[in-house]
Amino acid sequence: MNRKIVAAVLLAAAAGTAFAQDKVLRVVPHSNLAILDPIWTTAYMSRNHGYMIYDTLFGTDEKSQIKPQMVESWSSSPDRRLWTFKLRQGLEFHDGKPVTSEDVTASLARWGKRDAMGVALFTFVERMDTPAPDTFRIFLREACGFLLEAIGKPSSNVPFIMPKRVAETDAFKQIEEHVGSGPYLFKRDEFKPGDRAVYLRNPRYVPRKEPPSGSTGGKRVYVDRVEWNLALRDAQAQVNALVKGEVDILEQPSFPLIPGLKANPEIVVYSYSPVPLQYMARFNHLHKPFDNVKVRQAAMAAFAQQPFLQAQVGVQELYNTCPSMFTCGTPYASSFGTEIQSKSTMRKAQELLKASGYDGTPVVLMKPTDLAAIDKLPDVAAQLMRQAGFKVDLQAMDWQTLVGRRAKKDAPDKGGWNMFLTAWQGPDIWNPIANAALDTRGEASGWFGWGKDDKIQELRARFMRETDDAKKKKLAEEIQARAFEVATHVPLGEFDAPLAARKNISGHFRGTGNFYWNLKKN
Amino acid sequence: MAAPRAGPFFFMLTFILRRLLATIPVLLIVAVLVFLMLRLAPGDPAAILAGDAASTEQIARIRAGLGLDRPIVVQFGIWAGNLLAGDLGESFYYKMKVATLIGQRLEPTLALASLTILIAIVVAVPLGVVAAWRFGGWFDRALMGFSVLGFSVPVFVLAYMLIYVVSLQLGLLPVQGYQRIADGFWPFLRHLILPSITLSVIYIALIARVTRASVLEALGEDYIRTARAKGLPEIRVLVRHALANAAVPIVTVIGIGIALLIGGVVVTESVYAIPGLGRLTVDAVLARDFPTIQGLILFFSFVYVLLNLLIDLSYVFLDPRIRY
Repeated sequence: MNRKIVAAVLLAAAAGTAFAQDKVLRVVPHSNLAILDPIWTTAYMSRNHGYMIYDTLFGTDEKSQIKPQMVESWSSSPDRRLWTFKLRQGLEFHDGKPVTSEDVTASLARWGKRDAMGVALFTFVERMDTPAPDTFRIFLREACGFLLEAIGKPSSNVPFIMPKRVAETDAFKQIEEHVGSGPYLFKRDEFKPGDRAVYLRNPRYVPRKEPPSGSTGGKRVYVDRVEWNLALRDAQAQVNALVKGEVDILEQPSFPLIPGLKANPEIVVYSYSPVPLQYMARFNHLHKPFDNVKVRQAAMAAFAQQPFLQAQVGVQELYNTCPSMFTCGTPYASSFGTEIQSKSTMRKAQELLKASGYDGTPVVLMKPTDLAAIDKLPDVAAQLMRQAGFKVDLQAMDWQTLVGRRAKKDAPDKGGWNMFLTAWQGPDIWNPIANAALDTRGEASGWFGWGKDDKIQELRARFMRETDDAKKKKLAEEIQARAFEVATHVPLGEFDAPLAARKNISGHFRGTGNFYWNLKKN
Repeated sequence: MAAPRAGPFFFMLTFILRRLLATIPVLLIVAVLVFLMLRLAPGDPAAILAGDAASTEQIARIRAGLGLDRPIVVQFGIWAGNLLAGDLGESFYYKMKVATLIGQRLEPTLALASLTILIAIVVAVPLGVVAAWRFGGWFDRALMGFSVLGFSVPVFVLAYMLIYVVSLQLGLLPVQGYQRIADGFWPFLRHLILPSITLSVIYIALIARVTRASVLEALGEDYIRTARAKGLPEIRVLVRHALANAAVPIVTVIGIGIALLIGGVVVTESVYAIPGLGRLTVDAVLARDFPTIQGLILFFSFVYVLLNLLIDLSYVFLDPRIRY
């Protein structure tokens, strides 16, 4: 088995040497790659690594539609409780073994223990079986309306298909072997964390015939080798390297440097994502003052989106206000029930706070000083809350301290917190199941902030069961309206984070992620 | 018959052994302090590893998987036991042996530190000697002015200026990156020239000042007057008599400089994208990667102790009056 992997790598390496250095695509990713198991963590870098070496059953195209990828055909029974899927012919892992339905069911089972949508889906799954090597079936206890959405989801955690022996790893332990059936092979021996990750074209990969779109379509690879430069993390140094031609693509150039890049005739700034990212303010529902819904509503009313976007993004063409809790431009987005924020004024916020019985408890607001992508948001939040009448204790810390602290349920004066702000990629919040802030199961589980609302939970349960698209849309609206009513969190507007590439790189396409197929280096 | 008298070599050997043994309690104290401080510092490695959308339950399971739910004493016992067996542990973040991680990053850091110190010595020592020789003259004043500038200009400002002029405008050297020496000497050197020049400026300023002060002091001594009275050429007076007698403080500063360079070149490594130990340290701290931080600090402590020992030993050769 290992010999076959080595042979595949050698084959790919030999092919690589036949082409010149020009066929090496040099990429500066948006962050460091540390964890190589995209099911174990939700980190976007691990997800992007996953897209390089694994394939998926379904994908999401640039119009947010679910399309088949490894699956050739599928059907469901009239009661929608039995789903049958047939795999495409010619699917092979990097070690030369065929992808079988047993690999698929093992991979889905592991993913179903970690991913929020996967966990939700597996509450419906009665069992899975594999009547043929290229066929698998999912038996549901009752019909649910998001099966394809879940297994075709484009963002973390993506249900990547791994060999059965790898997928049988405990879901809470990281995998040790990195063999997939995706368009690239991972060069484990060249991986140096914090330095570089290397991928070689998978010569065995058989792409679909359709053109690429999002995470679907033909994943044709026109370069022999992709190198992720993990050491180059200084924003100005990244731009210098791109301008000089030492790297080909910057995944996420810093906002203030984008106008300069656009002015350079050798550089293309490309908005690849059809859906934007969204900023979000999250309350801690467990402690004063935000254990009081009226106080949360007052803060929500104070948070006009424009000041956040202006301060954080600055480049006007890259941001938009969006009243919805679901990413604007996606099927469930609407302005239904959003008036408390979208039609509010500071005077209204002040009145709401006065009426709430707020006793002057300071709001512990955490500010990450080292995360340029969101570091200005807390200053704006603090200022707006002070204007509304809040006392704010703005505490500066590094992002990793914030990440550790937000998991604590202690009171704010005992190391806990009241509010933090973050950013989400569109697909992670574009429906009521994926959107972690709408998990209102309270302390028992759920996302940091631990909001509790039985009505939202009941509506989410109905949404999961609903199979009619129009009714699902209506339920999503009701969930959103209720979420605004109880102020689970506050959407703070949306922004685009384009990539920058040398002009000789062509074949860019739209999709909700950083994908490195279809790209040509001329 | 009388026992043979112990010679200077024996005393030197005893001194080295004594100093090496003294590193054990130093490293032990460092190990305990680092371990405790990391456990008391804010931040949770499990929450960082789990990602943004993880639930508190998932984080708790990861914490248990890392062994961080055990009492601190138990955690320390496990780590210390592995350490005694020569195992620095496994990185939480990268799932690699800490020793392997340090090994991967050692070459870039050593290369950068060596070239920086080499440039600094080659430039600073002659400058300092000439400035002392021409004390109070225009050259001396210019060197003092340069020293102030060298200390004052932040490393990243100098780095960006050099990149702009040398790389972007003149296209002479690469903007960023590191090439291993195994990939060819010239590519290796090309990638190190700008970072080394950037870093060496502050060390040139420091070593030149110390050299100037030491040589100046030596030039006032009687043996210099005697040497000149004997009619020795001025260059010989300066190098063989003044500089040789002023060497102890200069070597001390150079030694400290090497130690600082090995652990503290984060900014330069970031701007020039050099995957060295400084960058690894920062990444490990930000990720609360306890085993890696512990391993790195122990490694740095050992290097500091070793360099101090080498500096002390060099005194014997530089100043015959010094004996251990």
